[in-house]
Amino acid sequence: MAVRKPPITTREYWAPGHAACAGCACATALKLATKAFSEAMEEKYGDPNAFAIAQATGCMEVVSAVFPYTAWKAPWIHVAFENAAAVASGVEAAWKKLGRKGKVLAIGGDGGTADIGIQALSGMLERWHNVVYLMYDNEAYMNTGIQRSSSTPYGAWTTTSPPGKYSIGEDKPKKWVALIAAAHQIPYVATASIGNPFDFVKKMKTAAKVDGPAFVQVHCTCPTGWKSPLEKGIEIARLAIETGIWPLFEIENGNFFNIRIQPPGGGAKVKREGDRIVAIEFKKPIEEYLQLQGRFKHLFKQPEAIDQLREQIKAMWKVLGVDVTLPKPGE
Amino acid sequence: MPIRTVMKANEAAAWAAKLARPKVIAAFPITPSTLIPEKISEFVADGELDAEFIKVESEHSAISACVGASAAGVRTFTATASQGLALMHEILFIAAGMRLPIVMAIGNRALSAPINIWNDWQDTISERDSGWLQFYAENNQEALDLILMAFKIAEDERVLLPAMVGFDAFILTHTVEPVEIPDQEAVDEFLGEYKPKHAYLDPAKPVTQGSLAFPAYYMEARYTLWEANENAKKVIDEVFAEFEKRFGRKYRKIEEYRTDDAEIIFVTMGSLAGTVKEYVDSLREKGIKAGAAKLTVYRPFPTEEVRELAKKAKVLALLEKNVTFSVGGALFQDFSRALINQEERPILVDFILGLGGRDVTFRELDQVLEISRKALAGEKFEEVNWIGLRKEIL
Ligand SMILES: Cc1ncc(C[n+]2csc(CCOP(=O)(O)OP(=O)(O)O)c2C)c(N)n1
Ligand code: SF4
Repeated sequence: MAVRKPPITTREYWAPGHAACAGCACATALKLATKAFSEAMEEKYGDPNAFAIAQATGCMEVVSAVFPYTAWKAPWIHVAFENAAAVASGVEAAWKKLGRKGKVLAIGGDGGTADIGIQALSGMLERWHNVVYLMYDNEAYMNTGIQRSSSTPYGAWTTTSPPGKYSIGEDKPKKWVALIAAAHQIPYVATASIGNPFDFVKKMKTAAKVDGPAFVQVHCTCPTGWKSPLEKGIEIARLAIETGIWPLFEIENGNFFNIRIQPPGGGAKVKREGDRIVAIEFKKPIEEYLQLQGRFKHLFKQPEAIDQLREQIKAMWKVLGVDVTLPKPGE
Repeated sequence: MPIRTVMKANEAAAWAAKLARPKVIAAFPITPSTLIPEKISEFVADGELDAEFIKVESEHSAISACVGASAAGVRTFTATASQGLALMHEILFIAAGMRLPIVMAIGNRALSAPINIWNDWQDTISERDSGWLQFYAENNQEALDLILMAFKIAEDERVLLPAMVGFDAFILTHTVEPVEIPDQEAVDEFLGEYKPKHAYLDPAKPVTQGSLAFPAYYMEARYTLWEANENAKKVIDEVFAEFEKRFGRKYRKIEEYRTDDAEIIFVTMGSLAGTVKEYVDSLREKGIKAGAAKLTVYRPFPTEEVRELAKKAKVLALLEKNVTFSVGGALFQDFSRALINQEERPILVDFILGLGGRDVTFRELDQVLEISRKALAGEKFEEVNWIGLRKEIL
């Protein structure tokens, strides 16, 4: 009888027994990321275990390494909130000197990456360390109880961007860290989503196999912070892609003219010029994504805020070189 | 053959680092320590030092990279001063808590504000509770020797703590003095290669480092730090003794000078000790029973040696280039604690001086003497005395 090869290794590095909330899609992302890394290391160095992880303070750190237990089956170090990239630089330098083959994976949340850790990240990328930086983007500081970060989307409720008489919630558009990373002209930058796990795994493998620094930003649902149904994590993340909220792309060597945009699915109509996507007509309104999450509930009483968000999304796609049309519900 | 030459303390520090053969160095320039990373870059560029030199974007990343490298199991070095050290503050505690024997050279410099690049000890003194071992050099030779010894002490399995070696900004960092550079082979024999027994970030033996500890474990973790600091006292003596045997230069946690029949002992650290010793000579010529003592080791605090010293004098004059608000100087606090339960103890008089590079000359020391003599005579005296203040501009 033919036995089908599993689509991804059965080796586990982020083992069961961590303490993440039920339905945490960030935990799933880390599980897949380490599996992808392992496969890449096997293909590149013949050793599936040839990696170490340096991780920033945040949810994924505190739920996985509570002394005397650990969920990690790979060499793993946590130092502080803002310095995963710098710590990874040190580990990589030491490995180089020890003649150890392999790669360092740095992991940080959106806070540890886009805000407090962006300096260390920039330094690490610019110095060209052989490190993959994985930013898991749950769009707020979850570990300290759901405060806004610069990666929190416009209009979202958090405990420090509460909607009120004078507030619609978060009042700044999302910061695009992947583009900042790409500006360092590093070999590989990608956005990914837990809503498209195969694509995410593929990108992690690509990142792990390049020589030099790489940056991957994975959008992942946090049911606790997003006030969303536990079982809908993947569905919500996929809706972010299908409604245009979350673009998937790859940039090599900082070449913004050769940015590879991926078709979003969800019935969207894609227009190409040569290989390149130049326009997308989305079919699903962003409301489909927003309505599944309590953090956007208040926006439905202020539809003009949702329109504003639509404009911001269009502007963001424009930066990526794509003209998008975003429908309103019923359109 | 060791080479006798002249150099600045910064160069001596860079030489010490080179001789210790660290595998990773991460550093960021700051006055007065800038020459250290510069010199090390030259060593690396010329192939004289086979190390990865990470030119980080800040001191915060310098120490973070050192933590990463040290946690991966290699000998690691950095250098900084003042604001740079302050920027490392958070990670200093982590480096000690993770028991990583990183060695750091510090050109002791005042902290802002106002911004001031000159010497005092407020930078390192402010990190005295970080768990790092602290050594203070009197001259450039000591800067070199103490850095070498710091590696051996820090890496000792009974210790496994990071260590900083301070030397005074400009007074030493930029002043050329005779220095003997030991032989590479002799240093290799003395230090040996750093081979940590634990598996550090090794895929063959994965371990988790830097966990979260609930209240059920945190205190014990801190206690092991306490213990390691206590253990360091013995290890320091052993390493000092071995260094003396191999290189002929003698070190003590507290170096005493003409203390045997002294009534007043001037206690200090760093380069000021040189001035104070000369001052003591001048007093002895006048028949004044004065002595001097220098703390080479400040953390672990040499409590036993302080108690021995205290038996020899009626007054201990503590000369400090740092301020602990409401208390005076840090030494005053430490000495008070060491002596509080002793049956007989000398009078402690605290002197704050030389802050931000203010000169400390015999003129200032005369004021110290005058107040100390008052105390000796049983007259009233201030517990904390600011020496050399320009009252007219206050
Ligand atoms: C210097 C410093 N400031 C603040 C904190 C508190 N803190 C720990 S984790 C965290 C937020 C983490 O957010 P993020 O990086 O987005 O990761 P998440 O918790 O969402 O996984 C904060 C503010 C800290 N540990 N260190
Ligand atoms: S708060 Fe969110 S990110 Fe953190 S563990 Fe829970 S679900 Fe995951």
